Amino acid sequence: MTTLVATEDEMMLRDAARGFLDGAAPVANLRGNRDAGRGFDPALWTEMVKMGWAGVLVPEDQGGSDMGFAAANILSEEMGKTLVASPFLSTAVIAATALRAVGRDASHIAAGEAIYALAVDEGAKFNPETSALRAEAYRNGFKLTGTKTFVAEGAGADRILVLARANAGLTLFDIDAKAAGVSRTKMDLVDHRDHADLVLDGVEVTGEDVVGEVGGAMCALAPALRAGQAAVSAELLGVSAGAFGMTTGYLKERKQFGVTIGTFQALQHRAAHLFCEIEVTTSAVMNAGRMLDETPDEAALAVSLAKARASETAGLAVREGVQMHGGIGMTDEYDMGFYMKRARVAAEWLGDYGYHAAQVARARGMAA
Amino acid sequence: MAEATADEMAGGEAQGEAQELAAFRAEIAQWIDATAPADLRGRDFSEDDICWGGKTFVFKSDGQKAWMEACAERGLTAPTWPVEYGGAGLSRAQDKIFSEEMARLRVKKPLDSFGLWMLGPALLAFGTEDQKRHFLPQITRGEIRWCQGYSEPGAGSDLASVQTFAEDKGDHWVVNGQKIWTSYADRADWIFALIRTDRDAPKHKGISFMLIDMESAGVTTKPIKLISGKSPFCETFFDNVKVPKDYDGLSSIVGEQNRGWDVAKHLLTHEREMIGGGGSGLTGGRTVGAVLADEDQNDPVILSRAMKLEIDSIAMSLTLDRYKDLAKQGGVGDASAMLKYYGTELNKDRFELLMAAGGSEALKWDSADHGTLAPEWLRTKANSIEGGTSEVMLEILSKRVLDLPVR
Repeated sequence: MTTLVATEDEMMLRDAARGFLDGAAPVANLRGNRDAGRGFDPALWTEMVKMGWAGVLVPEDQGGSDMGFAAANILSEEMGKTLVASPFLSTAVIAATALRAVGRDASHIAAGEAIYALAVDEGAKFNPETSALRAEAYRNGFKLTGTKTFVAEGAGADRILVLARANAGLTLFDIDAKAAGVSRTKMDLVDHRDHADLVLDGVEVTGEDVVGEVGGAMCALAPALRAGQAAVSAELLGVSAGAFGMTTGYLKERKQFGVTIGTFQALQHRAAHLFCEIEVTTSAVMNAGRMLDETPDEAALAVSLAKARASETAGLAVREGVQMHGGIGMTDEYDMGFYMKRARVAAEWLGDYGYHAAQVARARGMAA
Repeated sequence: MAEATADEMAGGEAQGEAQELAAFRAEIAQWIDATAPADLRGRDFSEDDICWGGKTFVFKSDGQKAWMEACAERGLTAPTWPVEYGGAGLSRAQDKIFSEEMARLRVKKPLDSFGLWMLGPALLAFGTEDQKRHFLPQITRGEIRWCQGYSEPGAGSDLASVQTFAEDKGDHWVVNGQKIWTSYADRADWIFALIRTDRDAPKHKGISFMLIDMESAGVTTKPIKLISGKSPFCETFFDNVKVPKDYDGLSSIVGEQNRGWDVAKHLLTHEREMIGGGGSGLTGGRTVGAVLADEDQNDPVILSRAMKLEIDSIAMSLTLDRYKDLAKQGGVGDASAMLKYYGTELNKDRFELLMAAGGSEALKWDSADHGTLAPEWLRTKANSIEGGTSEVMLEILSKRVLDLPVR
């Protein structure tokens, strides 16, 4: 029977990831990235590629390690614990899943030869169905015109998956990020990562660049979004655990009024409540990974459940983190603020609590 | 080559298991459908529909009795207990399928009892072979109804300070004292109770887990009327009650004498899981979302609360599954306090929401539309008190799981 308990392989993967990230990517790296004005550290990504993380969802005959969605979630969760910035989600999870879903080659992803971004959003809220960026028939292909926003890894990407509206309906294109007519602007979001606004002004593409069929974007995009939503849920779970670990650590060492503040029942019970929220969310995230691996066609509810829970739990974890740290939690010098900022951005990305709660409600037959 | 073979074998085994489970599902679903009586399926259930069993239990209908007996015959009143003790010996996976099929067909559980929930697990873990063979089948067949004697007027959340005392009289004990919050003591045949058997030992080390016949001279009960209008709890008095040290060769103590706290702790873990899981299932397996959808509820505030509740409830039920799996692999220990805390708080929220959605109609003690929702709503307020309050659960988590410092 499928269980929500980690397998031996999963435990080994988690230990290996943690061991690597503790040395190579502590929270200090995020501060370093920010101060250097870059969204992520390319050298770190190269290391991840060497370990097979870029190919976690790429078939073995394309050079991937093909470990599956639960494994991708474990990596994502461990990265979340120390706020590791990397193109892992947009490239190794989302783009690899999109290409694979329609039988396109993804060996360049496994080999670390291409960093991908996904361009779906056009307004302040996630709603792929309403995408309006135009794909107009032109010669043997299309011309893409319109704008996109909240494109993760948008500034640093080599290639971009763009959701566009052709006459036949929503179509997904795999375009060169440096193609003529593509302009990218850094959004400068609170989490200091690479997010970009995108303007496409008559970008010429061919039929070769269509991912799947014209008018059939969802064949590739739907599984890719589910994979990305599950993985960002796992990241948020890691963010929760990271912030919680810092907070309980602080409760055990900080002294006020002559005693360790962790002896105060008011704080103990809040910490214990947060522990419960994290445990319950852990189940939802694990379930999403299992469902994606075993019955992907039925995984939509599980994924939305995970994203809704993880967004909310991470929000609570970082708010409690700052409050229980007191003044020091508000300082830039201290890392807790980074957790709060990333939690906010990741909660919004690929659909916020409200979006996913509505998905769950609909799947459960509620009027919503 | 050797690797490929091993992989194939593993794949073959997994496939074989999946096929067996699918066959089990089909068979059990067919059996439930063919056996469950019409009056115990396809509707919501209330506390009045619970089959408790026991010597004096009055069945609500012939169907209720027949259903209990048919399930007991197959061991399905205690699906995961070993067959030799009256269970069905189901694996976790099979048990889950059985529950899923019961929920799908909306069939009432055949038997609920403190014997099934509490004493059985204690005997399975701590009982002698003779105790198991004698007491467990009586429980699974619904012949003996047990109640639990833990709390005392001076020992509520601080359970280890029990004062009810058994004096050693050689071949028997003489018990004096008072228990409170004994669930359905007035209808129980036997009681399992925490009794102090050594007053000089430290408070956790002088307690025994004792089995006492409620028909013994000197045992009296007095129901406590609750805000719900019902009396699920009693005060139970022991006045020079003579308890044999053995009942025809069966010890009246479970586990070692003076080590009853070990049994109690084990059981508390079990109780937390049960209460956390909404063990008695009063909403008949229907989610709040389903209830509101049926009622064509369209108040945006209520719907938004319902959506959150739905999400948290699904995630909680996954967590119960996860903890059961973890328990099987070596135990979750004090973290089970999480299930009790989170599950009972969710259940209270659920009933608050149902009351709000029902409006004035739901305020009736007995409503044509909502049945006994109002008294059940009131009853849920005890969920976060009985079996250790929410605050005690948070204490356990903060001290023993998070290891936060003690002042």
